[in-house]
Amino acid sequence: MFSRGYKAAVTLPPVLWVALFLFTPYVLMFCYSFWSVSPAQTIVHSWDLNNYKDLLRVDVYWQTLLRSMWIAARVTIFSLLLAYPMAYFLSFQAGKRKDLLYQLVVIPLWVSYLVRAYAWKTILGSDGVLNTLLQYVHLTRHPLEFLLYSPFAVVLTLTHIYTPFAFLPIYAALEHIPRNLVEASHDLGATPAQTFWRVILPLSIPGVLAGATFAFVLSLGDFLAPLLLGGPSGIMISNIVVSLFGAAYNWPLGAAISLCMLVLVVGLIFGSERLGKKWSFS
Amino acid sequence: MELLVTRDAATAERSHWLLLHCVAVFAFLYLPIAILVLYSFNGEGVGGFPPHRLTLDWYRTLFADEPIWDSVLNSLEVALAAMAISLAFGVPAALALDRAQFPGKALFRRLVLLPLILPGIITGLSLLMLFNVAGMKLSLLTIALGHGTALISVATTEVFAGLQKLDRAQEEASLDLGANYWQTFWRITVPNLKLPIIGAALLIFTLSLDEIAVSFFLIGRDNTLPLEIWGRLRRGITPEINAVSTVIFGFSLIAIVLWYRLRMRGEGATDAGIEIVEVAEGGQA
Repeated sequence: MFSRGYKAAVTLPPVLWVALFLFTPYVLMFCYSFWSVSPAQTIVHSWDLNNYKDLLRVDVYWQTLLRSMWIAARVTIFSLLLAYPMAYFLSFQAGKRKDLLYQLVVIPLWVSYLVRAYAWKTILGSDGVLNTLLQYVHLTRHPLEFLLYSPFAVVLTLTHIYTPFAFLPIYAALEHIPRNLVEASHDLGATPAQTFWRVILPLSIPGVLAGATFAFVLSLGDFLAPLLLGGPSGIMISNIVVSLFGAAYNWPLGAAISLCMLVLVVGLIFGSERLGKKWSFS
Repeated sequence: MELLVTRDAATAERSHWLLLHCVAVFAFLYLPIAILVLYSFNGEGVGGFPPHRLTLDWYRTLFADEPIWDSVLNSLEVALAAMAISLAFGVPAALALDRAQFPGKALFRRLVLLPLILPGIITGLSLLMLFNVAGMKLSLLTIALGHGTALISVATTEVFAGLQKLDRAQEEASLDLGANYWQTFWRITVPNLKLPIIGAALLIFTLSLDEIAVSFFLIGRDNTLPLEIWGRLRRGITPEINAVSTVIFGFSLIAIVLWYRLRMRGEGATDAGIEIVEVAEGGQA
Protein backbone atom coordinates (compact mmCIF):
# COMPACT_ATOMS: atom_id res chain seq x y z
CA MET A 1 0.00 0.00 0.00
CA PHE A 2 2.94 2.36 0.39
CA SER A 3 4.49 3.70 -2.81
CA ARG A 4 8.19 3.64 -3.61
CA GLY A 5 8.30 7.38 -3.09
CA TYR A 6 6.90 7.06 0.43
CA LYS A 7 9.34 4.33 1.32
CA ALA A 8 12.27 6.32 -0.04
CA ALA A 9 11.14 9.41 1.85
CA VAL A 10 11.04 7.64 5.20
CA THR A 11 14.14 5.53 4.56
CA LEU A 12 16.70 7.84 3.02
CA PRO A 13 17.02 10.63 5.62
CA PRO A 14 17.57 8.34 8.63
CA VAL A 15 19.82 6.00 6.64
CA LEU A 16 22.01 8.89 5.51
CA TRP A 17 22.13 10.39 8.99
CA VAL A 18 23.03 7.06 10.55
CA ALA A 19 25.66 6.43 7.89
CA LEU A 20 27.26 9.80 8.62
CA PHE A 21 26.98 9.96 12.41
CA LEU A 22 27.06 6.32 13.49
CA PHE A 23 28.75 4.31 10.78
CA THR A 24 31.49 6.73 9.67
CA PRO A 25 32.65 7.36 13.26
CA TYR A 26 33.18 3.62 13.84
CA VAL A 27 35.09 3.38 10.54
CA LEU A 28 37.20 6.35 11.61
CA MET A 29 37.91 4.67 14.93
CA PHE A 30 39.07 1.64 12.96
CA CYS A 31 41.34 3.80 10.77
CA TYR A 32 42.80 5.76 13.68
CA SER A 33 43.75 2.54 15.44
CA PHE A 34 46.35 1.85 12.73
CA TRP A 35 47.80 5.36 12.66
CA SER A 36 50.38 6.83 15.02
CA VAL A 37 51.51 10.07 16.64
CA SER A 38 54.70 11.84 15.53
CA PRO A 39 57.11 13.34 18.07
CA ALA A 40 55.72 16.73 17.01
CA GLN A 41 52.31 15.61 18.31
CA THR A 42 50.60 15.28 14.94
CA ILE A 43 48.70 12.24 13.68
CA VAL A 44 50.71 10.23 11.14
CA HIS A 45 48.49 8.46 8.62
CA SER A 46 50.77 5.47 8.12
CA TRP A 47 49.16 2.06 8.44
CA ASP A 48 50.71 -0.48 10.78
CA LEU A 49 49.85 -2.75 13.70
CA ASN A 50 52.08 -1.03 16.27
CA ASN A 51 49.21 0.08 18.50
CA TYR A 52 47.88 -3.46 18.73
CA LYS A 53 51.38 -4.78 19.42
CA ASP A 54 51.66 -2.24 22.23
CA LEU A 55 48.42 -3.49 23.70
CA LEU A 56 49.82 -6.98 23.95
CA ARG A 57 53.30 -5.93 25.02
CA VAL A 58 52.61 -3.31 27.69
CA ASP A 59 51.33 -5.10 30.76
CA VAL A 60 49.28 -2.27 32.16
CA TYR A 61 46.84 -2.25 29.21
CA TRP A 62 45.74 -5.85 29.22
CA GLN A 63 45.98 -6.08 33.00
CA THR A 64 43.62 -3.12 33.32
CA LEU A 65 41.33 -4.67 30.72
CA LEU A 66 41.23 -7.89 32.74
CA ARG A 67 40.60 -5.98 35.95
CA SER A 68 37.78 -4.04 34.28
CA MET A 69 36.25 -7.30 33.11
CA TRP A 70 36.50 -8.66 36.65
CA ILE A 71 34.79 -5.56 38.04
CA ALA A 72 32.10 -5.80 35.33
CA ALA A 73 31.66 -9.51 36.07
CA ARG A 74 31.09 -8.81 39.77
CA VAL A 75 28.62 -6.04 38.94
CA THR A 76 26.80 -8.45 36.63
CA ILE A 77 26.57 -11.21 39.22
CA PHE A 78 25.39 -8.90 42.00
CA SER A 79 22.87 -7.18 39.70
CA LEU A 80 21.42 -10.53 38.68
CA LEU A 81 21.26 -11.74 42.28
CA LEU A 82 19.39 -8.59 43.26
CA ALA A 83 17.21 -8.33 40.16
CA TYR A 84 16.09 -11.91 39.56
CA PRO A 85 14.25 -12.61 42.82
CA MET A 86 12.70 -9.17 42.63
CA ALA A 87 11.51 -9.72 39.06
CA TYR A 88 10.15 -13.11 40.12
CA PHE A 89 8.27 -11.60 43.03
CA LEU A 90 6.80 -8.83 40.90
CA SER A 91 5.77 -11.14 38.11
CA PHE A 92 4.30 -13.98 40.16
CA GLN A 93 3.39 -12.70 43.59
CA ALA A 94 2.93 -8.95 43.67
CA GLY A 95 -0.73 -9.07 42.63
CA LYS A 96 -2.36 -5.66 42.46
CA ARG A 97 0.73 -3.74 43.48
CA LYS A 98 2.61 -4.99 40.43
CA ASP A 99 2.25 -1.79 38.37
CA LEU A 100 3.36 0.49 41.16
CA LEU A 101 6.33 -1.69 42.10
CA TYR A 102 7.35 -2.01 38.47
CA GLN A 103 7.28 1.75 38.12
CA LEU A 104 9.40 2.09 41.26
CA VAL A 105 12.11 -0.13 39.78
CA VAL A 106 12.07 1.65 36.44
CA ILE A 107 12.34 5.18 37.85
CA PRO A 108 15.97 4.87 38.99
CA LEU A 109 16.84 3.52 35.55
CA TRP A 110 16.21 6.92 34.01
CA VAL A 111 17.40 9.08 36.90
CA SER A 112 20.68 10.88 36.37
CA TYR A 113 23.75 8.65 36.51
CA LEU A 114 25.76 11.48 38.02
CA VAL A 115 23.27 12.09 40.83
CA ARG A 116 23.40 8.45 41.88
CA ALA A 117 27.18 8.11 41.64
CA TYR A 118 27.57 11.31 43.65
CA ALA A 119 25.16 10.03 46.30
CA TRP A 120 27.46 7.04 46.91
CA LYS A 121 30.46 9.33 47.18
CA THR A 122 28.80 11.24 50.02
CA ILE A 123 27.88 7.97 51.73
CA LEU A 124 31.19 6.13 51.46
CA GLY A 125 33.72 8.92 52.13
CA SER A 126 35.86 8.94 55.29
CA ASP A 127 33.70 11.81 56.60
CA GLY A 128 30.77 10.28 54.80
CA VAL A 129 27.39 9.30 56.11
CA LEU A 130 28.22 5.63 56.62
CA ASN A 131 31.53 6.12 58.42
CA THR A 132 30.18 8.79 60.73
CA LEU A 133 27.13 6.65 61.42
CA LEU A 134 29.32 3.68 62.35
CA GLN A 135 31.33 5.85 64.70
CA TYR A 136 28.18 7.44 66.11
CA VAL A 137 26.85 4.05 67.16
CA HIS A 138 30.37 3.06 68.32
CA LEU A 139 30.74 0.16 65.93
CA THR A 140 34.05 1.52 64.70
CA ARG A 141 36.45 4.02 66.20
CA HIS A 142 38.16 5.19 63.03
CA PRO A 143 36.72 5.73 59.56
CA LEU A 144 36.92 2.65 57.33
CA GLU A 145 39.16 3.87 54.54
CA PHE A 146 38.49 1.03 52.14
CA LEU A 147 34.91 2.16 51.59
CA LEU A 148 35.77 4.95 49.17
CA TYR A 149 38.46 5.07 46.48
CA SER A 150 38.51 1.33 46.00
CA PRO A 151 37.23 -1.26 43.52
CA PHE A 152 34.63 -2.05 46.21
CA ALA A 153 33.12 1.44 45.86
CA VAL A 154 33.04 1.08 42.07
CA VAL A 155 31.38 -2.34 42.16
CA LEU A 156 28.81 -1.16 44.71
CA THR A 157 27.92 1.99 42.78
CA LEU A 158 27.76 0.27 39.40
CA THR A 159 25.60 -2.49 40.89
CA HIS A 160 23.26 0.20 42.18
CA ILE A 161 23.14 1.82 38.74
CA TYR A 162 22.77 -1.30 36.61
CA THR A 163 20.46 -3.46 38.74
CA PRO A 164 17.34 -1.88 37.12
CA PHE A 165 18.90 -2.58 33.70
CA ALA A 166 19.28 -6.23 34.63
CA PHE A 167 15.78 -6.29 36.09
CA LEU A 168 13.89 -5.15 32.98
CA PRO A 169 14.60 -7.99 30.55
CA ILE A 170 14.29 -10.63 33.30
CA TYR A 171 10.91 -9.25 34.26
CA ALA A 172 9.86 -9.13 30.60
CA ALA A 173 10.89 -12.77 30.15
CA LEU A 174 9.00 -13.87 33.29
CA GLU A 175 5.91 -11.95 32.18
CA HIS A 176 5.97 -13.76 28.84
CA ILE A 177 5.92 -17.22 30.42
CA PRO A 178 2.46 -18.66 29.72
CA ARG A 179 0.86 -19.12 33.13
CA ASN A 180 -0.81 -22.36 32.07
CA LEU A 181 2.64 -23.95 31.84
CA VAL A 182 3.17 -23.14 35.50
CA GLU A 183 -0.28 -24.49 36.35
CA ALA A 184 0.34 -27.63 34.34
CA SER A 185 3.53 -28.22 36.25
CA HIS A 186 1.65 -27.90 39.55
CA ASP A 187 -1.19 -30.11 38.36
CA LEU A 188 1.24 -32.80 37.33
CA GLY A 189 2.53 -32.89 40.89
CA ALA A 190 5.71 -30.84 40.74
CA THR A 191 6.66 -29.04 43.94
CA PRO A 192 7.05 -25.25 43.71
CA ALA A 193 10.82 -25.73 43.74
CA GLN A 194 10.68 -28.19 40.88
CA THR A 195 8.37 -25.89 38.96
CA PHE A 196 10.82 -23.05 39.43
CA TRP A 197 13.96 -24.99 38.47
CA ARG A 198 12.48 -26.95 35.59
CA VAL A 199 9.89 -24.62 34.10
CA ILE A 200 10.28 -21.00 35.12
CA LEU A 201 14.05 -20.63 35.28
CA PRO A 202 14.78 -22.25 31.91
CA LEU A 203 12.12 -20.13 30.25
CA SER A 204 13.55 -16.96 31.75
CA ILE A 205 17.13 -17.62 30.61
CA PRO A 206 16.88 -15.33 27.55
CA GLY A 207 15.93 -12.47 29.88
CA VAL A 208 18.75 -13.30 32.27
CA LEU A 209 21.23 -13.32 29.38
CA ALA A 210 19.95 -9.97 28.13
CA GLY A 211 20.12 -8.47 31.62
CA ALA A 212 23.61 -9.85 32.18
CA THR A 213 24.75 -8.42 28.85
CA PHE A 214 23.42 -4.97 29.74
CA ALA A 215 25.06 -4.94 33.14
CA PHE A 216 28.38 -6.31 31.91
CA VAL A 217 28.72 -4.17 28.80
CA LEU A 218 27.69 -0.90 30.40
CA SER A 219 29.85 -1.34 33.48
CA LEU A 220 32.83 -2.53 31.44
CA GLY A 221 32.90 0.76 29.56
CA ASP A 222 32.30 2.98 32.56
CA PHE A 223 34.87 5.64 33.35
CA LEU A 224 33.03 8.15 35.51
CA ALA A 225 32.40 5.97 38.57
CA PRO A 226 36.07 4.88 38.69
CA LEU A 227 37.18 8.53 38.41
CA LEU A 228 34.79 9.61 41.13
CA LEU A 229 35.00 6.67 43.52
CA GLY A 230 37.68 4.28 42.34
CA GLY A 231 40.96 5.79 43.45
CA PRO A 232 44.21 4.43 41.98
CA SER A 233 43.28 0.77 42.50
CA GLY A 234 39.87 1.21 40.89
CA ILE A 235 41.13 2.43 37.50
CA MET A 236 39.35 0.81 34.57
CA ILE A 237 40.22 0.42 30.92
CA SER A 238 38.10 3.40 29.85
CA ASN A 239 40.08 5.65 32.18
CA ILE A 240 43.23 4.74 30.25
CA VAL A 241 41.41 5.58 27.02
CA VAL A 242 40.31 8.92 28.46
CA SER A 243 43.86 9.84 29.39
CA LEU A 244 45.14 8.73 25.97
CA PHE A 245 42.65 11.09 24.37
CA GLY A 246 43.50 13.83 26.84
CA ALA A 247 46.79 14.61 28.53
CA ALA A 248 48.73 11.62 27.17
CA TYR A 249 47.70 12.62 23.63
CA ASN A 250 47.83 9.32 21.80
CA TRP A 251 44.55 9.12 19.95
CA PRO A 252 45.60 6.16 17.77
CA LEU A 253 46.43 3.97 20.75
CA GLY A 254 43.23 5.12 22.47
CA ALA A 255 41.31 4.26 19.31
CA ALA A 256 42.88 0.79 19.26
CA ILE A 257 41.73 0.12 22.83
CA SER A 258 38.26 1.53 22.10
CA LEU A 259 37.98 -0.65 19.03
CA CYS A 260 38.90 -3.73 21.07
CA MET A 261 36.16 -2.75 23.52
CA LEU A 262 33.68 -2.21 20.69
CA VAL A 263 34.46 -5.62 19.19
CA LEU A 264 34.23 -7.29 22.60
CA VAL A 265 30.92 -5.58 23.36
CA VAL A 266 29.31 -6.28 19.98
CA GLY A 267 30.56 -9.87 20.18
CA LEU A 268 28.95 -10.27 23.60
CA ILE A 269 25.66 -8.80 22.40
CA PHE A 270 25.59 -11.17 19.42
CA GLY A 271 26.64 -14.13 21.54
CA SER A 272 24.00 -13.58 24.19
CA GLU A 273 21.38 -13.04 21.51
CA ARG A 274 22.25 -16.34 19.82
CA LEU A 275 22.27 -18.16 23.12
CA GLY A 276 18.99 -16.51 24.11
CA LYS A 277 17.31 -17.65 20.89
CA LYS A 278 18.39 -21.22 21.58
CA TRP A 279 16.76 -21.07 24.98
CA SER A 280 13.54 -19.38 23.98
CA PHE A 281 10.80 -21.82 23.14
CA SER A 282 8.66 -19.71 20.85
CA MET B 1 -4.07 -17.81 37.80
CA GLU B 2 -1.42 -16.47 40.09
CA LEU B 3 -3.56 -17.54 43.02
CA LEU B 4 -2.70 -21.13 42.31
CA VAL B 5 0.94 -20.36 42.86
CA THR B 6 0.57 -18.25 45.98
CA ARG B 7 -1.95 -20.49 47.69
CA ASP B 8 0.63 -23.20 48.00
CA ALA B 9 1.92 -23.31 51.58
CA ALA B 10 5.55 -23.84 50.65
CA THR B 11 5.45 -20.98 48.19
CA ALA B 12 3.86 -18.69 50.73
CA GLU B 13 6.72 -19.48 53.09
CA ARG B 14 9.23 -18.67 50.37
CA SER B 15 7.45 -15.49 49.39
CA HIS B 16 8.24 -13.99 52.79
CA TRP B 17 11.88 -14.22 51.85
CA LEU B 18 11.12 -12.82 48.43
CA LEU B 19 9.23 -9.92 49.96
CA LEU B 20 12.11 -9.23 52.31
CA HIS B 21 14.52 -9.37 49.39
CA CYS B 22 12.39 -6.87 47.48
CA VAL B 23 12.27 -4.47 50.39
CA ALA B 24 16.06 -4.72 50.71
CA VAL B 25 16.61 -4.06 47.00
CA PHE B 26 14.26 -1.09 47.05
CA ALA B 27 16.17 0.26 50.03
CA PHE B 28 19.41 -0.23 48.12
CA LEU B 29 17.97 1.63 45.12
CA TYR B 30 16.34 4.50 47.00
CA LEU B 31 18.25 4.99 50.25
CA PRO B 32 21.25 6.69 48.62
CA ILE B 33 18.94 9.13 46.87
CA ALA B 34 17.03 9.76 50.10
CA ILE B 35 20.30 10.47 51.92
CA LEU B 36 21.38 12.79 49.14
CA VAL B 37 18.14 14.75 49.48
CA LEU B 38 18.34 14.81 53.28
CA TYR B 39 21.87 16.22 53.30
CA SER B 40 20.92 18.99 50.90
CA PHE B 41 19.28 20.51 54.00
CA ASN B 42 22.28 19.86 56.23
CA GLY B 43 24.09 22.91 57.58
CA GLU B 44 27.31 21.03 58.27
CA GLY B 45 28.52 19.60 54.98
CA VAL B 46 27.66 16.60 52.83
CA GLY B 47 28.46 13.86 55.36
CA GLY B 48 28.45 13.54 59.11
CA PHE B 49 25.90 11.61 61.11
CA PRO B 50 23.52 12.74 62.46
CA PRO B 51 22.61 15.64 60.19
CA HIS B 52 22.92 18.99 61.96
CA ARG B 53 21.20 22.33 61.77
CA LEU B 54 18.69 21.81 58.98
CA THR B 55 18.68 24.79 56.63
CA LEU B 56 17.59 26.02 53.22
CA ASP B 57 20.86 27.96 52.79
CA TRP B 58 22.23 25.60 50.18
CA TYR B 59 19.21 26.18 48.00
CA ARG B 60 19.68 29.93 48.41
CA THR B 61 23.32 29.53 47.36
CA LEU B 62 22.19 27.43 44.43
CA PHE B 63 19.66 29.95 43.19
CA ALA B 64 22.28 32.70 43.31
CA ASP B 65 24.88 30.55 41.53
CA GLU B 66 25.21 32.01 38.04
CA PRO B 67 27.53 29.44 36.42
CA ILE B 68 25.01 26.75 37.37
CA TRP B 69 22.14 28.61 35.75
CA ASP B 70 24.19 29.31 32.63
CA SER B 71 24.87 25.60 32.38
CA VAL B 72 21.19 24.84 32.92
CA LEU B 73 20.34 27.07 29.95
CA ASN B 74 23.01 25.32 27.87
CA SER B 75 21.61 21.94 28.85
CA LEU B 76 18.08 23.00 27.91
CA GLU B 77 19.28 24.19 24.50
CA VAL B 78 21.13 20.94 23.92
CA ALA B 79 18.17 18.85 25.05
CA LEU B 80 15.73 20.69 22.77
CA ALA B 81 18.05 20.35 19.78
CA ALA B 82 18.70 16.67 20.58
CA MET B 83 14.97 16.08 20.83
CA ALA B 84 14.38 17.71 17.43
CA ILE B 85 17.15 15.64 15.79
CA SER B 86 16.10 12.33 17.36
CA LEU B 87 12.46 12.78 16.39
CA ALA B 88 13.20 14.11 12.91
CA PHE B 89 15.18 10.96 12.12
CA GLY B 90 13.82 8.47 14.62
CA VAL B 91 10.18 8.67 13.53
CA PRO B 92 10.94 8.06 9.82
CA ALA B 93 13.40 5.35 10.88
CA ALA B 94 10.60 3.55 12.71
CA LEU B 95 8.33 3.90 9.65
CA ALA B 96 11.13 2.60 7.43
CA LEU B 97 11.75 -0.41 9.70
CA ASP B 98 8.03 -1.13 9.78
CA ARG B 99 7.13 -0.59 6.13
CA ALA B 100 10.06 -0.58 3.75
CA GLN B 101 12.43 -3.26 2.57
CA PHE B 102 15.87 -2.04 1.60
CA PRO B 103 19.36 -3.49 1.33
CA GLY B 104 21.25 -3.23 4.62
CA LYS B 105 18.07 -2.97 6.67
CA ALA B 106 19.36 -5.36 9.34
CA LEU B 107 22.62 -3.44 9.65
CA PHE B 108 20.69 -0.15 9.76
CA ARG B 109 18.51 -1.42 12.60
CA ARG B 110 21.53 -2.55 14.56
CA LEU B 111 23.39 0.71 14.06
CA VAL B 112 20.41 2.82 15.13
CA LEU B 113 19.91 0.82 18.32
CA LEU B 114 23.57 0.29 19.21
CA PRO B 115 24.07 3.52 21.21
CA LEU B 116 21.38 2.29 23.60
CA ILE B 117 23.57 -0.55 24.86
CA LEU B 118 27.00 0.80 24.00
CA PRO B 119 29.05 2.43 26.76
CA GLY B 120 28.90 6.20 26.26
CA ILE B 121 32.66 6.42 25.87
CA ILE B 122 32.58 4.60 22.52
CA THR B 123 29.78 6.76 21.10
CA GLY B 124 31.50 9.89 22.42
CA LEU B 125 34.99 9.08 21.17
CA SER B 126 33.93 7.91 17.73
CA LEU B 127 31.99 11.15 17.23
CA LEU B 128 34.94 13.14 18.55
CA MET B 129 37.07 11.62 15.79
CA LEU B 130 34.41 12.47 13.20
CA PHE B 131 34.21 16.11 14.28
CA ASN B 132 37.99 16.28 14.43
CA VAL B 133 38.42 14.96 10.89
CA ALA B 134 35.64 17.26 9.66
CA GLY B 135 37.39 20.19 11.32
CA MET B 136 34.37 21.06 13.46
CA LYS B 137 35.03 23.00 16.64
CA LEU B 138 33.62 21.37 19.76
CA SER B 139 30.67 23.29 21.17
CA LEU B 140 27.14 22.83 22.40
CA LEU B 141 26.27 21.98 18.79
CA THR B 142 28.55 18.93 18.76
CA ILE B 143 27.00 17.75 22.05
CA ALA B 144 23.50 18.20 20.60
CA LEU B 145 24.51 16.23 17.49
CA GLY B 146 25.91 13.49 19.72
CA HIS B 147 22.84 13.28 21.95
CA GLY B 148 20.48 13.58 19.00
CA THR B 149 22.20 10.73 17.19
CA ALA B 150 22.50 8.44 20.21
CA LEU B 151 18.86 9.00 21.20
CA ILE B 152 17.38 8.26 17.76
CA SER B 153 17.31 4.77 19.25
CA VAL B 154 14.76 5.88 21.86
CA ALA B 155 12.49 7.64 19.35
CA THR B 156 12.66 4.67 16.99
CA THR B 157 11.85 2.01 19.59
CA GLU B 158 8.97 4.00 21.09
CA VAL B 159 7.40 4.84 17.74
CA PHE B 160 8.03 1.38 16.33
CA ALA B 161 6.17 -0.13 19.28
CA GLY B 162 3.30 2.29 18.58
CA LEU B 163 3.24 1.31 14.91
CA GLN B 164 2.77 -2.34 15.80
CA LYS B 165 -0.56 -1.42 17.37
CA LEU B 166 -1.65 0.95 14.64
CA ASP B 167 -4.65 0.00 12.53
CA ARG B 168 -3.51 0.28 8.92
CA ALA B 169 -7.09 0.50 7.67
CA GLN B 170 -7.28 4.19 8.54
CA GLU B 171 -4.25 5.03 6.46
CA GLU B 172 -5.55 2.87 3.63
CA ALA B 173 -8.93 4.60 3.74
CA SER B 174 -7.28 7.99 3.69
CA LEU B 175 -5.25 7.05 0.63
CA ASP B 176 -8.27 5.52 -1.10
CA LEU B 177 -10.27 8.69 -0.51
CA GLY B 178 -7.72 10.67 -2.43
CA ALA B 179 -5.43 12.10 0.26
CA ASN B 180 -1.77 12.00 -0.74
CA TYR B 181 0.96 10.41 1.41
CA TRP B 182 1.98 13.72 2.92
CA GLN B 183 -1.59 14.50 4.03
CA THR B 184 -2.08 10.96 5.27
CA PHE B 185 1.14 11.14 7.26
CA TRP B 186 0.21 14.37 9.03
CA ARG B 187 -3.52 13.74 9.43
CA ILE B 188 -3.64 10.02 10.16
CA THR B 189 -0.23 8.53 11.01
CA VAL B 190 1.11 11.23 13.32
CA PRO B 191 -2.13 11.81 15.30
CA ASN B 192 -2.35 8.05 15.86
CA LEU B 193 1.23 7.98 17.10
CA LYS B 194 0.72 11.02 19.32
CA LEU B 195 1.30 9.20 22.61
CA PRO B 196 4.49 7.34 21.61
CA ILE B 197 5.89 10.50 20.03
CA ILE B 198 5.19 12.67 23.08
CA GLY B 199 6.53 9.90 25.31
CA ALA B 200 9.70 9.59 23.25
CA ALA B 201 10.18 13.37 23.25
CA LEU B 202 9.87 13.49 27.02
CA LEU B 203 12.28 10.62 27.51
CA ILE B 204 14.84 12.02 25.06
CA PHE B 205 14.64 15.42 26.72
CA THR B 206 15.24 13.94 30.18
CA LEU B 207 18.01 11.61 29.07
CA SER B 208 19.79 14.40 27.23
CA LEU B 209 19.58 16.70 30.27
CA ASP B 210 21.22 14.03 32.42
CA GLU B 211 23.71 12.72 29.88
CA ILE B 212 27.36 12.97 30.82
CA ALA B 213 29.49 10.23 29.20
CA VAL B 214 29.03 11.36 25.58
CA SER B 215 29.09 15.07 26.48
CA PHE B 216 32.37 14.49 28.33
CA PHE B 217 34.18 14.05 24.99
CA LEU B 218 32.27 16.56 22.88
CA ILE B 219 32.38 19.51 25.25
CA GLY B 220 33.64 22.85 23.98
CA ARG B 221 33.86 26.04 26.03
CA ASP B 222 30.33 25.98 27.45
CA ASN B 223 29.37 23.44 30.09
CA THR B 224 26.17 21.48 30.29
CA LEU B 225 24.71 21.08 33.79
CA PRO B 226 26.07 17.56 34.45
CA LEU B 227 29.54 18.63 33.30
CA GLU B 228 29.41 21.77 35.44
CA ILE B 229 28.58 19.56 38.43
CA TRP B 230 31.29 17.11 37.43
CA GLY B 231 33.85 19.92 37.40
CA ARG B 232 32.83 20.96 40.91
CA LEU B 233 32.94 17.40 42.25
CA ARG B 234 36.60 17.30 41.43
CA ARG B 235 37.27 20.54 43.31
CA GLY B 236 35.58 19.52 46.55
CA ILE B 237 31.98 19.15 47.50
CA THR B 238 29.37 21.16 49.42
CA PRO B 239 25.69 20.44 50.07
CA GLU B 240 24.98 22.86 47.24
CA ILE B 241 25.69 19.91 44.95
CA ASN B 242 23.18 17.87 46.96
CA ALA B 243 20.71 20.68 46.44
CA VAL B 244 21.17 20.81 42.68
CA SER B 245 21.10 16.98 42.53
CA THR B 246 17.83 17.02 44.45
CA VAL B 247 16.34 19.47 41.97
CA ILE B 248 17.54 17.31 39.05
CA PHE B 249 16.11 14.21 40.71
CA GLY B 250 12.77 15.97 41.20
CA PHE B 251 12.57 16.95 37.55
CA SER B 252 13.59 13.50 36.30
CA LEU B 253 10.99 11.97 38.58
CA ILE B 254 8.21 14.16 37.20
CA ALA B 255 9.27 13.51 33.60
CA ILE B 256 9.52 9.75 34.09
CA VAL B 257 6.20 9.43 35.87
CA LEU B 258 4.57 11.56 33.15
CA TRP B 259 6.13 9.37 30.46
CA TYR B 260 4.98 6.26 32.24
CA ARG B 261 1.42 7.57 32.55
CA LEU B 262 1.43 8.35 28.84
CA ARG B 263 2.58 4.83 28.08
CA MET B 264 -0.07 3.38 30.37
CA ARG B 265 -2.70 5.29 28.44
CA GLY B 266 -1.26 3.95 25.23
CA GLU B 267 -0.80 0.39 26.38
CA GLY B 268 -2.88 -0.08 29.47
CA ALA B 269 -0.25 -2.51 30.70
CA THR B 270 3.14 -2.72 32.33
CA ASP B 271 4.83 -3.15 28.98
CA ALA B 272 6.15 0.40 29.02
CA GLY B 273 9.90 0.43 28.89
CA ILE B 274 10.20 -3.24 28.17
CA GLU B 275 10.07 -2.68 24.42
CA ILE B 276 13.16 -0.55 24.56
CA VAL B 277 15.10 -3.37 26.13
CA GLU B 278 13.66 -6.02 23.87
CA VAL B 279 14.18 -4.09 20.69
CA ALA B 280 17.65 -3.08 21.78
CA GLU B 281 18.49 -6.70 22.35
CA GLY B 282 17.41 -7.41 18.78
CA GLY B 283 14.42 -9.48 19.76
CA GLN B 284 11.58 -7.81 17.96
CA ALA B 285 12.12 -5.13 15.36
